[in-house]
Amino acid sequence: MIEFRNVCYSPDGKSGVLSNLNLSVAAGETLVLLGRSGCGKTTTLKMINRLIDPTEGEVLVEGRSVLDWDPIRLRRGIGYVIQEVGLLPHLTIERNIGLLPRLEGWPPERTRQRVEELLRMVALDPATFRRRYPRELSGGQRQRVGVARALAADPPILLMDEPFGALDPLTRAEIQKEFLALQQRLRKTIVFVTHDIHEALTVGTRIALLEAGQLVGTYSRAEFLNSTDPTVNAYLSVLHAAGPAACAESNTAGTKGSGS
Amino acid sequence: MSLLEFFYGNRAEIWTLTLEHCWLVGFSMLLAVAIGVPLGILITRRASLNKPILGGANVIQTIPSLALFGFLMPLPWLGARADRLAIAALTGYALLPVIRNTYTGIMGVDPAVREAARGVGLTDWQLLWHVELPLALGVILAGIRVATVITVGVATIAAAIGSGGLGEFIFRGLAMVDNRVILAGAIPAAVMALLADFLLGWAGRHLVPSAES
Repeated sequence: MIEFRNVCYSPDGKSGVLSNLNLSVAAGETLVLLGRSGCGKTTTLKMINRLIDPTEGEVLVEGRSVLDWDPIRLRRGIGYVIQEVGLLPHLTIERNIGLLPRLEGWPPERTRQRVEELLRMVALDPATFRRRYPRELSGGQRQRVGVARALAADPPILLMDEPFGALDPLTRAEIQKEFLALQQRLRKTIVFVTHDIHEALTVGTRIALLEAGQLVGTYSRAEFLNSTDPTVNAYLSVLHAAGPAACAESNTAGTKGSGS
Repeated sequence: MSLLEFFYGNRAEIWTLTLEHCWLVGFSMLLAVAIGVPLGILITRRASLNKPILGGANVIQTIPSLALFGFLMPLPWLGARADRLAIAALTGYALLPVIRNTYTGIMGVDPAVREAARGVGLTDWQLLWHVELPLALGVILAGIRVATVITVGVATIAAAIGSGGLGEFIFRGLAMVDNRVILAGAIPAAVMALLADFLLGWAGRHLVPSAES
């Protein structure tokens, strides 16, 4: 579905943000890009929908290099959720979610039905929320709307950049659970960026660990937990140190813990 | 003759000159918006043009208005008619606030919002039309409002080159040393400036989508 071939990215020509990345994402899986801040996870993600182009190597989506795609078509086939949500503050929730369907020329009635369907899907009551503005919503509600917007045109691929990072631990745990249930039904191909080891193990079917622009490796959940790689172990030690209570309380685990 | 009687006696001319003044200001502002907003958008896209364009508009504003009218006079097409010349000069004065506020307004749009919109798959034009301009509208209107109020004032000076407008009264009053004549120009001009300020302020509050988050 998505493939990185020898991808390098060095914006200023010398210090590489990413070097020689080879990675593939299979249809229907949730690949988590795990790593500390600044390790190149977000850059990797943005190469998929061409917000950033690689300096070397190529990225393929559905077997075609992203450079051969019309960037607008490519992006419309890829849902995009970011931590800051990026809802348009001057539009109601309904118009935010219906933005892409409207631009794609869907009939208004179909757009309206789709918006209602999506709001229910992310556990928000359409009657209550349709006409509200983003600023009238809580962080968790906004993030749900962000997911709904990304799903609006039913794209096969979803990119999520620390989508739940700004939420309080309890809300985050709730949304993660809903997200898993949703993904069970929808079976999208998802690339999910996080620095939170706990989130990575919760949502990911596979984990790609990045460190300083290098791919350390990709692991299934079990492989990750049993790995002997020192970087993986650094993450695991955070997990163990946090103990069973870590479930809802691992916000800073990825960044703080990797030195231990 | 009291001031009121003077106003009543000359109501026809006051009215004519007020309309003339309105026309000068209105036309100049239309041009300033038609030129300034696209230029403001342009410099958000091409950073290299930022300095020359904002600098140019800045230079125009520093030229004393009377001198600017004089400078434009020898120009072939412009200098041929006083109102043309006045409108060109007034447009030039109004440009800076319009360009600058368009630029500031668009640059002030939350980068996360812009990035999300691009990620959703908006084209550059859609991004401008559906996201940047609506979110910048409040700031752009504020610029137009400032420019309009300035233009109402500067337009009175345009009477010096014979373009008409309420400045006629002011210059005539100065020559005749008659305050009533000066006020016959100054009061309607002041009312016009206040009215423009009020109307554009109202528009700013009611037309701008609820963007404050």
